[in-house]
Amino acid sequence: MMLNISDIMQTVSMIDHQHLDIRTITLGISLYDCADPDIHTCARKIREKICRKAERLVAVGEEIEREYGIPIINKRISVTPVSQAAASCESDDYAVIGHALDEAAKSCGVNFIGGFSALVHKGFTESDRKLIASIPETLAGTELVCSSVNVATTKAGINMDAVRMMGQVIKSTAGLTADNGGLGCAKLVVFANAVEDNPFMAGAFHGAGEPECVVNVGVSGPGVVWRALQDVKGASFDVVAETVKRTAFRITRMGQVVANAASERLGVPFGIVDLSLAPTPAKGDSVARILEAMGLEACGTHGTTAALALLNDAVKKGGVMASGHVGGLSGAFIPVSEDEGMIEAVKSGSLSIEKLEAMTCVCSVGLDMIAVPGDTSAETISAIIADEAAIGVINNKTTAVRIIPAPGKNVGDSVEFGGLLGSAPVMRVNEAGCGEFVARGGRIPAPIHSLRN
Amino acid sequence: MKAIMTVTAPDRVGIIAGVCSLLADMGVNILDLSQTVMEGIFTMTLLVDTGTSSHTFDEIRTALITRGEKESLVIHIQRADIFEAMHRV
Repeated sequence: MMLNISDIMQTVSMIDHQHLDIRTITLGISLYDCADPDIHTCARKIREKICRKAERLVAVGEEIEREYGIPIINKRISVTPVSQAAASCESDDYAVIGHALDEAAKSCGVNFIGGFSALVHKGFTESDRKLIASIPETLAGTELVCSSVNVATTKAGINMDAVRMMGQVIKSTAGLTADNGGLGCAKLVVFANAVEDNPFMAGAFHGAGEPECVVNVGVSGPGVVWRALQDVKGASFDVVAETVKRTAFRITRMGQVVANAASERLGVPFGIVDLSLAPTPAKGDSVARILEAMGLEACGTHGTTAALALLNDAVKKGGVMASGHVGGLSGAFIPVSEDEGMIEAVKSGSLSIEKLEAMTCVCSVGLDMIAVPGDTSAETISAIIADEAAIGVINNKTTAVRIIPAPGKNVGDSVEFGGLLGSAPVMRVNEAGCGEFVARGGRIPAPIHSLRN
Repeated sequence: MKAIMTVTAPDRVGIIAGVCSLLADMGVNILDLSQTVMEGIFTMTLLVDTGTSSHTFDEIRTALITRGEKESLVIHIQRADIFEAMHRV
């Protein structure tokens, strides 16, 4: 046999026992040709185009799952930021478009659609303002629509007017979805340095530089990395890094094979593989537990940031050679509610928002799926966003905030979202005021190292 | 289509015979086969060609899984490319 029996059994065991899976196949679809002055016509064009382009997405995904024996957890769609696609509509109510996206997603059978988005890092168009104003109602009135707003880039600096606005939008969204623990906020991401080809939700959108239609794949596999580290207990970090790299190579190779198959069968070009370690609330599928496997008693203790830095870097180094095109967010995710180990670390008091903020300096994305007390002010949320945006802008990386001011909940309570969104223990925020800081508005200028030309 | 099949179960008489006769009945050609017993667990991997069969891949897969469940065997069948990609640079 060309392959040896232990390699084969290792792969089978990764899938059967270590939660190895493809986290998402995301079909990016351009909506630029759906523009129309009448918003209902625009919504119809958008619905029809998505249904036409993504008609076979779920069936093809399931066919690949069966043939390759690899679970593909999510099939998703990302679209052109709606603030751009709907800019010519003579209407203020972009929720109409939100509903069209929701209907299209349901009709295609996907589990999320991303792109109810605006890119306002340098300023707002009229359309951006309309979109942002429509976010709370859209997220409350739809099931599958995800929204994101990019408020900062390394090149443009931080749009503090947008930061202030997003604090209020998050509070209104939580209010309108109070019956579900503020669930709407779990579908809303505020970015710095957002990427155009991210296949992961809630932050996926189909960027301006993307082709008509594209397939992007997000891999996963924290359980596999954790298992591999069990074999190198006590070994030096050189060995740990090498072990993570080798594992990441295998995980990514699988992602690339699936991406090629999906691209070929859908007749859509392959975009990127996103080399992310994306956890789920299931036991044995946690990024926090990988950090602990490096010798930490609980995630969040001193040493966590260094452990995460090593993990994030080794995942990229291992993955980059395994894929033709790497993109998206590519790194370890640290969402609290979606990671069993993170939830435990928060509950035990080992992990705080401040430590998570430090961790976001060295990994992919940012403060993700964090529940805070329901009475947290819009200004405090804006200031949290500003801090994260500053980390992204200065370090030339993507950062994001997906935060849920859980209505009626306090520190010590938990919010249940169910499914992959998991359960979020409510975390303490610093209660000292930051209202005057947020009220200033304007732009925080781009850092000196943005001038690279 | 070339596929890798794995069969694991507590060791007993007749596992290979049972699995191979089912493959033969469905017209699936076995290209390579290796088998070992690790700590009392029978483990077999086969490289098969499903192209010789008049059945679809899904039908073959379903028949194998159904037989596996009946006889307490854990059977997987997956396209071979995935293993090559994961274990070869």
